[in-house]
Amino acid sequence: MTERAARTAALLAMASLVTLAVPTPASAQETIVVWHAYGESEEAGLLAAVALFERAHPDVHVDLVASPFGAFASRLRNAIPTGHGPDLFIDAHNRLPSFVDASLLEDFGALSPELTADLPPALVGALTYEGTLYGVPLSLKSLALYVSDELAMGRTLPSLEDYAALRRELPDGTYAIAWEVDSTYASVALFHAYGARVLDEEGRFAAATPEGDAALAELARLVADGSVPAEASGDLVRDLFRSGRAVAAISGPWLAPDLPASLHYHVLPLPIVHAADDGLMVPYSTIDAALIPAGSPHPELARELAAFLASPAGSIARATAGHQIVASVSAWHDPGVASDERLVAFHDAALAAMPMPTHPHMDSVFGPMDRAIRKVLRGDATPHDALAEAEHRFVDETRPAPPLRDPTFAVVALMLGLFAALAMVTSRLRDPAVRASLVRSMPAYGWVMHAFVAVGLLVVLPLAVGAMTSLYAGQDLHYVGLANYFDILTNRGGDLLGHGSFWLVLGVTVLWTITNVIFHVGIGIGLALLLHRPTVKLRTLYRILLVVPWAVPSYVTALAWRGMFHRQLGAINAILAVFGVEPVSWFAHFSTAFTANLATNVWLGFPFMMVVTLGALTSIPKDLYEAADVDGASAFQKLTRITLPMLRPALLPAVAMGAVWTFNMFNVVFLVSAGEPDGSTEILVSEAYRWAFTRGHQVGYAAAYAVLIFVILVGLTRALPRERAPGAR
Amino acid sequence: MRAKSLATGLLVHAVLLVAVIFALYPVLWVIALAFSPGVAPEAHALPVPSGFSLEHFAAVLGRMDGDRWIFGMQLANSSIVAAATATVAIAIATPAAYGLSRFDFVGKRASLSAMLATQMFPGVAASVPLYLLLNALDLLDTRSGLVLVYATSAVPFAMFQLRGAFDAIPKDLEEAAMVDGATRFGAFLRVVLPAARPAIAVTALFAFMTAWNEFALAAAFLTREDLYTLPILLQGYASEHDANLGHFAAGALAVSIPVMALFYVLQRQLISGLTAGGVKG
Repeated sequence: MTERAARTAALLAMASLVTLAVPTPASAQETIVVWHAYGESEEAGLLAAVALFERAHPDVHVDLVASPFGAFASRLRNAIPTGHGPDLFIDAHNRLPSFVDASLLEDFGALSPELTADLPPALVGALTYEGTLYGVPLSLKSLALYVSDELAMGRTLPSLEDYAALRRELPDGTYAIAWEVDSTYASVALFHAYGARVLDEEGRFAAATPEGDAALAELARLVADGSVPAEASGDLVRDLFRSGRAVAAISGPWLAPDLPASLHYHVLPLPIVHAADDGLMVPYSTIDAALIPAGSPHPELARELAAFLASPAGSIARATAGHQIVASVSAWHDPGVASDERLVAFHDAALAAMPMPTHPHMDSVFGPMDRAIRKVLRGDATPHDALAEAEHRFVDETRPAPPLRDPTFAVVALMLGLFAALAMVTSRLRDPAVRASLVRSMPAYGWVMHAFVAVGLLVVLPLAVGAMTSLYAGQDLHYVGLANYFDILTNRGGDLLGHGSFWLVLGVTVLWTITNVIFHVGIGIGLALLLHRPTVKLRTLYRILLVVPWAVPSYVTALAWRGMFHRQLGAINAILAVFGVEPVSWFAHFSTAFTANLATNVWLGFPFMMVVTLGALTSIPKDLYEAADVDGASAFQKLTRITLPMLRPALLPAVAMGAVWTFNMFNVVFLVSAGEPDGSTEILVSEAYRWAFTRGHQVGYAAAYAVLIFVILVGLTRALPRERAPGAR
Repeated sequence: MRAKSLATGLLVHAVLLVAVIFALYPVLWVIALAFSPGVAPEAHALPVPSGFSLEHFAAVLGRMDGDRWIFGMQLANSSIVAAATATVAIAIATPAAYGLSRFDFVGKRASLSAMLATQMFPGVAASVPLYLLLNALDLLDTRSGLVLVYATSAVPFAMFQLRGAFDAIPKDLEEAAMVDGATRFGAFLRVVLPAARPAIAVTALFAFMTAWNEFALAAAFLTREDLYTLPILLQGYASEHDANLGHFAAGALAVSIPVMALFYVLQRQLISGLTAGGVKG
């Protein structure tokens, strides 16, 4: 036994040695760590500016760390409070309030007179929250109008209507103007033209007004008459504009690098809208700011670096090397920067834009608004009803956390429970029979204990702590008792089977699990039976090719399938077109969106069932079939009387496991349909993720979802037939 | 009679071919995307690249940070983390699975239920507690911390898998060895483990894949680019704002090929290993 323990320890030690073997570089001088989520081209600008800073400060080394955009916010939220944050980080100004509310930021302090004079007051103002300046503006981004010189024939068109009028002279399949109509970020400019806002100063939803209705009605009209393409993703906008099938496109600076050199175009601020009393389309701008996290190890050096990045010298480097639209005013007088006409045009467009409101509720606008826009464009609701519904959802997502409850009762109950458990254990230990069986169990514990301890510590404990957070709510995570559960199970006072209600989503999840398992098992068994036929040639080759879906990471295939279901660019509609079928808007209806998710997950899951079945088939004794042949049984009888019953014991556990995995299959739903249309294809686990990461970081609420999922799954697996596998022994 | 079997044969091949096309079609699209120059090719039914270019591979595989070959470091990280995860998970799970297969003990049912239950709890709530735990162990920003988390999370499934395999190995084998003077541990090492080799290989492959493909925890725990694993890099190419699908596809192929190779090498074990297994609750 000690020998075994020693071997295990040696194995563990060897494994950890392997992991430690790759050396980490030693820090030379003073190092400042800067985190950012830039793509490669913008990062190049940052690198150039940092190189200048390092030249001026030979004793300082700046370590730039790029983070994937999607993981950036949660990484900051984890790292800063535990003292693992950077010295400085760069993020968009609209996240400021949520960072401040979570106490993640250090007061930036007053700017030097030179910087104050050089930076536009509006941009500095956007980084001031509740009277405190939290950072220094580096660059800004907004949508702008790209106009193709060839298609517009050199004309400058002042209004949206002028562009829309072009469609009469354009060939079929060519659009007057393309933008991501489904996205609030892109379409908000039209709302602004009508004098509508989506969020007011107090952080209330403000689009459900007659002006908002008018803007959304105009958007629907533009799409309906073919001036603007429907269901336009960023990919489609790029594709239409670069192939000369859109006179104009509304997009950001990120489009420019994807356009071929042969395409001649210029960049302008957005047009006016005659129908809105000549109101100007004003997009949002976002301001990239250098922010100092709370507990920054070198706050003074970080401030110095931030100030340098924002200074004219740092800005010129960022503009020339990284095409950043820098905030510094005097940088634009630099001949190198000023001669970059396109960059100047983006700068003009960005200055004409409106900084996105800094309010903690801003994040909660996008989800409900996106859905309202899509619903109207699909013709499923009037602008008025859709915006009213969006307001309702917004209010639902931004509702205040439940009030603090007195935890005394819970603490007392917990103590009593622990005491009772302890008492029970000690009383059982007094029983000599129990003690004897414990002694008999000792050798077994030697084999299993290390695994139970490891799993208990690193798997069960974090899950249990996570489950505990379901009793807390709010940014400060105060104790609320069972309020989160109550809110979920009563749909927060709404209709119990209404939109996004737990019960409705549970129904979808069950449907999702059952259909998937049926297809997994059906296809898996079917293919395994074919591959098991001894007469089939190339069996090994088939088998190898058929397990390929298993070997590809699921997030890769989910994204590939999402692309294949794209309405205009996707391969599935291209295949259908070969057979003369009209293009399908896969994510516009529940049935088709669900089918798209299903196809993806069936693709991912059938190889596992096939391989399990193949294995189980080899263990069915041949003499059973020989006996059946003697009795003159037909092939069908042999299948239903011998093969399927014999497969059952081996398949049942695999099916149960597969059902649990499918029930919690977050990747596919999140990446393929993303819940579209209108959140109807969401399953429980993807709802939980949305509450945790996109709907105002309601971690406690998401944890309550997770606990409910757990309870349901435990209940279901208990209810399922439990069969001891007779054939497997 | 022969005509009938010929027709059946053709039908079988037709069905299998359709299945193979279904299985390969999305993968072929990823390949087409990876080799197409510039941005994504336009829509058509056949996954053919719009030209032939290695620019995406050159950009992704040749990614440098100063004079450091950052892609190489991240590939090494992924390989080290996944291999160590598989090793540690198997090292923990194998003796435990043997114990579960051969012994009865007080608390066996309860601990088995608890192990099974860990598979049902969505991870969404656990990432912050795990972060705090690794912080307390001073293992943030280390490969070892990631390995510890991955390996332990792979243990329950591995244990069920291997217990099934050990159940299928007759007890007489090791008892004969013990009669010949071997200790139980010696018999376990020299008799039981070799007999369970296919199942161990397949279980190790699963553990390897969990670590190789995991993104969310890696992105939360690792904050230095030279420590990133490849899925973090890939996620950057698929981000909403600065998406580069060509780069993503090239990276996705680079990430998938090692796992495909492992599947190919282990294809025989895959079938026999899973057979003996079977996840029993």
